[in-house]
Amino acid sequence: MESYAQLVPLIILFPAVGAFINFFWGARMGEKAAATIGTFASSLSFVIALLLYAYLGGTGYQAAVVNPPLLDGWLRIPVANLEIPWQMRVDTLSVTMMLFVTGVGSLIHMYAIGYMHGDERFSRFFAYLNMFLAFMLILVTGNNLLMMFVGWEGVGLCSFLLIGFWWDKKKGVGWRNSNAARKAFIVNRIGDFGVLMAIFLTFWTFGTLDFYKPGELAVTGGHGDAHAEEGAVVEGEHSEAAPAETAAVEEAHAEGETAEFTDNSHIALDQLGIFGQVERLMEENPDHPVDFGPFTLALKDVLVLITLFMLLGVTGKSAQIPLFIWLPDAMAGPTPVSALIHAATMVTAGVYMMVRSNVFFHEAEFTSLVVALVGTATALIAGFIALGQWDIKRVLAYSTVSQLGFMVAAVGVGAYGAALFHVVTHAFFKALLFLGSGSVIHGVEHGHHHAHEHGHGGHGHDDHGHKEEFDPQDMRNMGGLRSRMPLTYITYVIGTLALAGIFPFAGFWSKDEILADAWLAGALDNNLGGFIAIGGLLVAAGFTAFYMWRQVVMVFHGAPRTAAAEHASESSPLMVIPLLILAFFSIFIGFINTPGNVLGLDGIFGAHRFTDWLGQTVANAHAAEFQPLIAVGALALAIAAIILAGRIYGHSKAVTADRRDPLQLRAETAPFWSLANARLYWDETYYRLFERPFNVLATFLADKLDWAFWHDYFHDGVIGKGFNGIAALLSKPVDMGIIDGAVNGLGALVRWISGGMRQVQTGYVRTYAITFLLGVVLVIIVLLLPLINTNG
Amino acid sequence: MENTGFSLLTLVLFLPLVGFTILLFIREQQESAIKWTAFGTSLVTFVASLLLWIGFNNQEAGLQFVQRGEWLPSYGISYYVGIDGLSLLMVILTTFIMPIAILSSFNSHIFHERGRVKLYYLFMLLLEWAMIGVFVAQDLVIFYIFWEVTLVPMYFLIGIWGAERRIYAAIKFFLYTMAGSILMLLAILYVGIQAGTFAVPEIIAGIQNGTISFAFDGLFSTQSFLFLGFFIAFAIKVPIWPLHSWLPDAHVQAPTAGSVILAGVLLKMGTYGLVRFCLPLYPEASVAWAPVIAVLAVIGIIYGAWVSYAQTDVKKLVAYSSVSHLGFVVLGIFALNAQGIEGGILQMVNHGISTGGLFLLVGMLYERRHTKDIAAYGGIWKALPLFGAISLVVTLSSMGLPGLNGFIGEFTILLGAFGSDVLGFFYAMFATIGVILAAVYMLYMFQKVYLGELDKEENKNLPPLMWNEIAVLIPILIAIFLIGLQPAPFFNTMNASVGELVAHVGQFVTTVAQAVP
Repeated sequence: MESYAQLVPLIILFPAVGAFINFFWGARMGEKAAATIGTFASSLSFVIALLLYAYLGGTGYQAAVVNPPLLDGWLRIPVANLEIPWQMRVDTLSVTMMLFVTGVGSLIHMYAIGYMHGDERFSRFFAYLNMFLAFMLILVTGNNLLMMFVGWEGVGLCSFLLIGFWWDKKKGVGWRNSNAARKAFIVNRIGDFGVLMAIFLTFWTFGTLDFYKPGELAVTGGHGDAHAEEGAVVEGEHSEAAPAETAAVEEAHAEGETAEFTDNSHIALDQLGIFGQVERLMEENPDHPVDFGPFTLALKDVLVLITLFMLLGVTGKSAQIPLFIWLPDAMAGPTPVSALIHAATMVTAGVYMMVRSNVFFHEAEFTSLVVALVGTATALIAGFIALGQWDIKRVLAYSTVSQLGFMVAAVGVGAYGAALFHVVTHAFFKALLFLGSGSVIHGVEHGHHHAHEHGHGGHGHDDHGHKEEFDPQDMRNMGGLRSRMPLTYITYVIGTLALAGIFPFAGFWSKDEILADAWLAGALDNNLGGFIAIGGLLVAAGFTAFYMWRQVVMVFHGAPRTAAAEHASESSPLMVIPLLILAFFSIFIGFINTPGNVLGLDGIFGAHRFTDWLGQTVANAHAAEFQPLIAVGALALAIAAIILAGRIYGHSKAVTADRRDPLQLRAETAPFWSLANARLYWDETYYRLFERPFNVLATFLADKLDWAFWHDYFHDGVIGKGFNGIAALLSKPVDMGIIDGAVNGLGALVRWISGGMRQVQTGYVRTYAITFLLGVVLVIIVLLLPLINTNG
Repeated sequence: MENTGFSLLTLVLFLPLVGFTILLFIREQQESAIKWTAFGTSLVTFVASLLLWIGFNNQEAGLQFVQRGEWLPSYGISYYVGIDGLSLLMVILTTFIMPIAILSSFNSHIFHERGRVKLYYLFMLLLEWAMIGVFVAQDLVIFYIFWEVTLVPMYFLIGIWGAERRIYAAIKFFLYTMAGSILMLLAILYVGIQAGTFAVPEIIAGIQNGTISFAFDGLFSTQSFLFLGFFIAFAIKVPIWPLHSWLPDAHVQAPTAGSVILAGVLLKMGTYGLVRFCLPLYPEASVAWAPVIAVLAVIGIIYGAWVSYAQTDVKKLVAYSSVSHLGFVVLGIFALNAQGIEGGILQMVNHGISTGGLFLLVGMLYERRHTKDIAAYGGIWKALPLFGAISLVVTLSSMGLPGLNGFIGEFTILLGAFGSDVLGFFYAMFATIGVILAAVYMLYMFQKVYLGELDKEENKNLPPLMWNEIAVLIPILIAIFLIGLQPAPFFNTMNASVGELVAHVGQFVTTVAQAVP
C-alpha cells in the first residue's frame, strides 16, 4: 500500500503526455486516435486517483509527501534561504480533488468525442483538455504555495486557450471569442496579483512556502482543535477513522519512524510548514511581531493580510464579486469546456485554496467575515441575474457563479468541510447540466439544419454566427424538447433538482450543510457572518430553484416554439452515456456525507463520513449537526419556487407571442426583471470605471506624454537642436591641432565605413556632431593622462 | 589565481576576432562562405563558453579563469580579464544569442535591398567580441574601451541595414549612449587616480580593508557623484525610465538581428554594470540611492507596460515591454539582497531569451508582410500554425507564466524586493501590478496578431517557416522550458559571488541609515 503514494507523479504525467502526443501528432492520427489518447490519459489518471484513495484507506489516512523523480528541486537559492521543491502531497483533501477532477474529467472527455466531432482542430481540443487536467492536478497535489500557483496560472492558460478555442470564426465571432478569452486571463491575473502578494507575505513571515514538511502532522489532536498537547488522542466519535496521524513518506524511507507521534511538538519551529508554524505561534503569542522592513505587524494581522490577498485570488479564479465578470463570457468556449473548467473543476480552485489554508482563515476572523460577505453577495447577485437571462448556457454560468458564492460563504462561516462537500456535489450536477445544455444545443442545431435542409454537419455548436437569423442557445427558440430528447430531459431534471436542493438529491445535502453551518455560526458563536450568510443564501437558494425550473420549462416543456426545436433529435450515445453516469452521481453522491440524525440514513451510509475523511487533513473541518428547521424551510422554499416558476412559465402563452418574459410584462416585476436581464449593468459599469479610463490613459501616455512631448519635443526639439547648435558654434573657434587630427582621422574612418549612408541630406551635420563628441572624449583622455602620471 | 599562460577565457574573448580576420580574406561575392564562417565562429565561441561553465567552480566567490597582462603599468592599467558568478551567465547569454542572431539573418530581405553582406557579418563578429569584452573585463579602462567599441558596430548595423529612419535612430542611439559614457569616463579616471589602479578587484579589496575609500556623507557627496557617473551611463543603456527615449527608435529601426542583440545583450550591459561596478565600488551610495532608483524602476515597470499597450506597431510594443521588464531587473538589483540580485541576473538572461525571441518572431512576420502595423495582421495562427504555437510559448514566457523562465526571474525579484532592507512591501506591491499589466499588453498583441478571423487576403498565403527560422527558435524554446522548470543550475553559478556581494554591500545598510536620515 505504501508504494501507491509514489504513483502520484503519474497522475500528472499521463495527461501531460497525452497533451504532448495530441499536440504534435494528433492532427495526423485522425479523430479516433486523438480521442482515444486523450480519454485514455484522463482515465488512467482516474485510476491513479483510485489507487491513491486505496492507499489512504489502507494506511489509516497517512498523508504522503512525494518528490517526483527526475525533477530535482526547483527554485533553490541556498544563499537566500530559498528552497521551493517540486513536491506533491497525497492526503484526503488532495485525493478528493483528484478523484472528482479526473472522474468528471474523463466523462467530459468522452462526451467531447461526440460533441467535437468534425471540428477542424479536434485533436488540439483534446490536447488542451489533457493539458488542463495536468495543470489542475499540479494545483491540487502541490505541497507548497508556489507549485499550487503553477497549476493556478496553468489552468488559467488552458481556460484562455479553450474559451478562445474558436478564435477564427467568421463574422466577428472569432474576435468575440478571443476577447472573452483575453478578458478571462486578465481578470484572473488581477486575482493572481493577490495570490502572489499572499505568497510573498507568507515567505517573509514563515521562511518557507511548504504546506507541511515531510513527517509533520496536518491535524493534531482532534478536529478544530489546534492544541499540541502531549499525548493528545483522537476523539472517539470518529468511529471508523483511523488515528488522525498524518505521517509522511519521503521517497522510499521514513515509513516506520513517524507513526508514534500524535502532534508536532517534537519538531523545531523552522522545520514546520506554514500551517504548523501558524498553529504553534498563534498559540504562543498571537501578537508575535513580524518585521516587514518599513513596518512591523502582529502575526494575527499578518494572517488577516495574507488571507485578504488570497481572497482577491479567489474572487478571480472562483468568480466572486468583484472579479466574477469573466465567467459568463467564458461560455464562448465549447460546451465541454464550460462543463469541465468553468463549472466543475477550475473555478473551484479558489475554494480549494481556502480549504487548504483553513488554518490561516480560521485564525483570521476579519477575513472570514469578508469572505462570508463576498460569498453571500455573489450568491445573491449572480442568482438574481440568472433570473433574467435567455441564453441557456448563460443561465448556467450565473448559476455557477452563484453556487461558488455558496462555497465561499461556507468558508467564511468556517464550514470548510461543507464548502468542499458542495464543491464535490456541484461538480457532478453542474457538469451534468452543462453537458445536458450542450446536448440540447446540439439537438436544436441539428433540428435547425434539418428544418432548413442544408446539413453542414454537426460542428460549430456554440457558434453565435447565425445570431441574426437563429441562435441555438436562446431558450426562446426551444420548447417541447421533452419528447424529442427524453434521456437528456430526464437527466437534466435530475441535475436541476440536485442544484435546487431537493431531497434526496446531492445538492440537498451539501447546500443544507452550508446553511446549517451558517446558522450555527450565527446562533451559537454569535458570528455576524453566519447571520448574513443564512439570510442571503436562503434567498439565493430560492432564486436557484426558480431560474432552474424556468429553464426546464422553457426548454423541455410545452410546445416547440421554432422549427428547429420541432426537428431536434437526441444526441449520440457517446454524449448521452456521460449524462446518465453524471445523473446517477447527482442523485447519490450526497449520501457520502449524510448528517447523523436524518431518517436513519446514517445507519445505511454512515454519518459525516466525508467530513471525517476530510478532517484527516483539514484541521478545522468540523461537522455540523443537522438542523431540521432549516432543512425543511429551505426545501419548502425551493419547492415553492419551482411551483411558482412552473405556474408563470408553464402557461401555454408564456414567451411565445412577443418573445418577452412574463415577468417583463407585469408592471410590478418588470423593472427588476430588466435589471437582471441587463446583468445589473455590471460590465458596463466596469467598462466606464476601469477599462475606458485605462485605455484613454494608455493612449495619452503613449502618444502624448511619451511620444509627442518626451520623444519629439524634448529630445528631438530641445536636446537635439540645442546640441547641434552648440556643436556648430564650438567647432569654429576651437582649434588645437590635436582635435583636428583626431577629428580628421575619425572622420575619415567614419566616411570609409559609412559609404552606404551617403543618401542622407542631413548626414553631414550629424556626422560632424558625432566626430565632435568623439573628439571631446579623446581630448579629455589626453588631458587627464598626464595628471595620473604626476599623481601616481 | 592569476594566469599568464593560456586562458580559456581569453580564447572565448578573441575567437570572434579570429573569425573577423578570416572573414576579411573572403571575397564579398562568396556569400555563403561569409555567412557560414560567421555562424561557425559564433557557434564555436558558444561551445567554448560552455566549457567555461563546465570548468567553473560554483563554490568560488572570486574571479576565475583570470588572465592579467601588463599594458600601461605606469597608469595602473592592465589587460585584466576574469569571470565570476555575476558575469558567467552574461557571457553565456552573449554567445548563445549571437549564433541565433547571425543564423536568423541568413535569408533576410535586408541584403536584397542594401547588400554589403560581408560588412554585416564583420560587424556582427566585432560586436560579439566587444560584448564579451564588456562582461569579462576587470580593469576599468579595458571595460570602458569595450563598452565604447560595442557602439560602433551597432551604430552601423542600425544605420546601414535598418528601416526607414535608420540614420536618425543610429545617431540617436550613439549620441545618447555617448553622453552617458562621458560621465562614466570621468568617474573612472577619478577612481583610478585615487586608487592608483584601475583593476576592479583590487579597488574592491581596498574598500573592504579600508585602504581605499570614497568619502560618503549623504546623497550628494564624492562617492555619490562617482556612483551617479556610473549609474547614469548604465541607466541610459538599460534604459531606466525616463532615459528610454532612444530605445523605441533604435529597436524599431534596427534590422531583426540588431533588435535581438540589442534586447538580448546590449541592454544587459547596463544592468550588468550596475551589479558589477555600482554596487561593490560604491556600496554606501548604492544603499542611499536604492530607494530612489527603485522608484524609477517601479515607474518604469508600470509606465513601460502601459505605454506598450497603446502601441500600434508590433516592434514598438515589444520595445516598450523591455522598459517594463528591465524595470524588474533594476528593482531586483537594488533590493540589495540575494533573492533580488540573483533574480535580477537570471531575469537578464530571461529577458534576453524571451524578448530576443519576440523580436525574432516579429522579424519573421516582417519578412513576410513588410509591415509592423498590428492592424495589418489577425488570424496569423491559422496561416502559420507552427509559428503561432511557438509565438504563444514565447509570449507566455515574456508574460511570466509559472513553469516558464520569465516567472522564475520575476518571482525571485519581487520576493527580494518585498523582503529587502532598503525597499519593502510597497515597492513589491506596485511592481507586482506590472505582472497584471504584462498580461494586458502581451495578450493584446497576441490576440490582434495571431487570433481572430484570417480575413486579410495578403495574410492568407504566407510562406511557412524556413529551416533557419525554425533552427533559431528551437534553442529559444528549450531555454524557456529549461530555466522555467529547473532554474537551480543557473542560480548555483551565482550563489557564491552574489553571497559575497550582498555581504559586502549589506554591512553599510545601517551606517548609511545614520548618514541619510
